[in-house]
Amino acid sequence: MSKLILRNIARSFGDFQAVNDFSLEMKPGEFVSLLGPSGCGKTTTLRMIAGFMPPSAGTIEMDGQVISSAAGVVPPERRRMSMIFQSYAIWPNMTVGENVGFGLEVRKLPRAEIGRRVDRILEVVQMGALKGRYPAELSGGQQQRVALARAIVVEPEVLLLDEPLSNLDANLREEMRFEIRRLHDEFKITTVYVTHDQSEAMVTSDRIVVMNKGRIEQIDPPHVLYGKPRSRFVAGFIGRTNFVERGGATYSLRPQSIGLSVAEPAANGIEAEIVDRAYLGEHWDYQVKPLGEAKPLRVSAGPNAIFELSQRVWLEIDPAAMVRVEA
Amino acid sequence: MTVSALPAAPTTAVQRSRGFDPTWLLWIVIIAVLLFLVVSPFVHLLITSFKSERTGAFTFANYAAAYGRERYVQALFNSLQLGTCAALLAGLFAVPLAWAVSRTDMPGRGLVRTLVLATFVTPPYTGAVAWILLAGPNAGWLNRIFVALTGAESGPFNIYSFPGLVLVVALYSYPYIFIFTTAALELVSSEMEDAANILGAGTWRTMRRVTLPLALPAILGGLIICFLEAIALFASPAMIAIPARFNVVTTQLFQFFGNPVRVEVAAAYAMPLLVVTILLVVVQRLMTRRKGFVALTGKGGDRRPIALGRGRWVAFGYAMLIATMSVFLPYLFLLQAAFAKAWGKGFSLENLTIRNFHFVLFEHATAPSAVAHSFLYGAASATVATVIAISVAYIVNRRLIRFADGLGFLCVAPFVIPGVVLAIGFYSAYAPPPIALYGTAWIMILAFTTRFLPIGYVNANAAIRSLNPEMEEAVRVLGGSRMTALRRVVTPLLKRSLLGAWLLMFIPATRELSSAIFLYGPKTKVVAVMIFDMSDEGNFEYLAALALILQLLTLPLLWIGQRAIGRDFMLRRTAT
Ligand SMILES: Nc1ncnc2c1ncn2[C@@H]1O[C@H](COP(=O)(O)OP(=O)(O)OP(=O)(O)O)[C@@H](O)[C@H]1O
Ligand SMILES: [Mg+2]
Repeated sequence: MSKLILRNIARSFGDFQAVNDFSLEMKPGEFVSLLGPSGCGKTTTLRMIAGFMPPSAGTIEMDGQVISSAAGVVPPERRRMSMIFQSYAIWPNMTVGENVGFGLEVRKLPRAEIGRRVDRILEVVQMGALKGRYPAELSGGQQQRVALARAIVVEPEVLLLDEPLSNLDANLREEMRFEIRRLHDEFKITTVYVTHDQSEAMVTSDRIVVMNKGRIEQIDPPHVLYGKPRSRFVAGFIGRTNFVERGGATYSLRPQSIGLSVAEPAANGIEAEIVDRAYLGEHWDYQVKPLGEAKPLRVSAGPNAIFELSQRVWLEIDPAAMVRVEA
Repeated sequence: MTVSALPAAPTTAVQRSRGFDPTWLLWIVIIAVLLFLVVSPFVHLLITSFKSERTGAFTFANYAAAYGRERYVQALFNSLQLGTCAALLAGLFAVPLAWAVSRTDMPGRGLVRTLVLATFVTPPYTGAVAWILLAGPNAGWLNRIFVALTGAESGPFNIYSFPGLVLVVALYSYPYIFIFTTAALELVSSEMEDAANILGAGTWRTMRRVTLPLALPAILGGLIICFLEAIALFASPAMIAIPARFNVVTTQLFQFFGNPVRVEVAAAYAMPLLVVTILLVVVQRLMTRRKGFVALTGKGGDRRPIALGRGRWVAFGYAMLIATMSVFLPYLFLLQAAFAKAWGKGFSLENLTIRNFHFVLFEHATAPSAVAHSFLYGAASATVATVIAISVAYIVNRRLIRFADGLGFLCVAPFVIPGVVLAIGFYSAYAPPPIALYGTAWIMILAFTTRFLPIGYVNANAAIRSLNPEMEEAVRVLGGSRMTALRRVVTPLLKRSLLGAWLLMFIPATRELSSAIFLYGPKTKVVAVMIFDMSDEGNFEYLAALALILQLLTLPLLWIGQRAIGRDFMLRRTAT
């Protein structure tokens, strides 16, 4: 049975359609990301799931019961969910321990039990030593861990995260991605994760929902999204790619799947010229123009594959790597 | 692994909010309170001005009576003249001072700010009384010193005159312009001035061509506020203009309220004051809001004080001259009078006594209770206004009910109603039966509440805006209700700001005269009315003692305010 079902939900603000015909079914314990550019309706969708906003059409069901519809919503406090906000929303007037214990207190658990659970979860997020501190005395990463602990300790039915890492610096962001996935694997909470960072979504998620202008473009596991993007938008948004027009159709061709050599390959070779290049440490990024064509292709090559500007080279393109996409 | 203590989700689908919705109740209560406090007095003022005193029928007779005599009309023009002159003189005091304090290396800038604050918290009537001691004809200290120095027959100073009134009003309202101007100047970046310097403009030319024009809208806004203060003022004109045998609008209104009370005529007569105030407040808002002209970019860049060289001491001298007139001399001679057996006998040991303080605090028939009333009514009205302000600000910002913005508007609307006009409105609305609040503490508390509600609302609104709504949403998603969020998160986080807002209403409420003078009864006298009465009777020793007690009681409040919400809180937050 599905944990959470969004059936054709939509949301408009005045004349503006922020979310349109959005459907998603989640298995218990699944981790799904909503990925898309700024303003595409991710937060709006998440807030409808949390119950802060009624959908203007469609329904949301949890465990087979309707919890949101245009007619009304079960208020957020009765949904047994948790949410991590972009601002963390750590309460500055409470210590770390009080913040984390709040949800349990509201649930009227015995004091001793609260203490035990808070201690345990703080150990899990490596914040045990800082239980008595106030939020103002914590770093950004530590606040993030408190927010995680506070959301997880209540063992929610569904965990919602709205760009929880966007306020952190690059290194910490990378570390916290794995941390979030690790916590998910440990507690198996059904999770909806909003982000506009594709690598974040790929590291953490079982499936990714790519959104554009309030609509769903594609829902698939990360490797399928990357390997078989269905639309031009998805191909361009997930990783970098070349678009090639052949016979009236558009194909996506990843820079990594193009071979580059001095000698002519046995098959599928195209003679070309290097027009631009950039060295990025882990790989070379070449712009290579097939002879007689106007548009160069982007090609990735290993750090040792050194070619000079204007050098004649051969491209090797495997037809199987060309993925047809909707325009 | 669900937590069993959780309330179960409903097995049926979503519940519709059927029947009773608590936000409705909230809506009705708030609307009722604001109707009572803001709308009803205003509407009654209008109705009363068109109502026949005897028959209650519609009539223009009140307007005919109010504007039928030349001296009544003359009083209107006197007010305009007073407002204009006082605002200009105050601008002359405030603008150079503001520039020197915020942009230059004048010595003692902190001291000057403190002295401006001291001026700001001196009630206009205290200042007026001090200047009567200083510049009363013959007996005034300045005249006596002049006579002693020159051997002339009599001194040249006479406070009981139009220029005298202008001076006293300007001296105690220039802080408004100072506040506006410093706020604007602090947002002009040094880089803009540097740009002019590099092109060859000297300090003076830069100030004239770059800095001042950038701050001009704020300065004009300050002048307008100052003008409005001056025409709405009751105390100083009553103490100075009446003996000088001329009237302004407020003193004329007071006379309409004499025996017998002609509230209908007073209501008609108050209209120009109301209209002028509303118009000018609108102009002032438009002016200070016009973007593109004021370079009020948030990042002002670096601001270095401009080096004035030897001019620093000229600037400092100017600041001290103003402080001498508004603080040093007035308080020196108030102290002298408060500790003197008879203030005219001057500084001598045998003239020294503390009896005046003892008398007003313990023996006087009404003064001790007046002090208590002032603080009681001030506390009650500041508390009520804080509760209203924070509730409405919360409702408006979280969009809890429809048409919330209208409620916010009602909360700031009293800003355009001068105190005397507000009092006439309250009198028309609540003095007659069935409510018949005249002479009770209630009418004073309610009028003060309305009068200072805008200050509370502006501050409460700013406080709530600074609060990320996600803080409350985090409570709700974890299972807490909105009430839990209010109790556990919002209230603790707003404590300081609310204390600040409370003080910003409480302090002026303890010294309020212009609405109190129309509404007090024999059992509800407040300190300000007491002081006014004593000046009428010529009891300057008792009066000085009482005025100083009032100032002394304010000091700890200022201290608490500075601890709670920072230095300069009074100067920054009162002018909205
Ligand atoms: N309360 C509102 N009133 C009007 N328009 C809104 C409101 N909330 C969101 N919108 C609009 O709906 C669209 C989707 O907003 P949403 O916040 O869901 O985007 P998002 O995908 O979360 O973007 P971001 O990555 O920038 O957070 C935006 O164009 C936004 O301007
Ligand atoms: Mg968002």
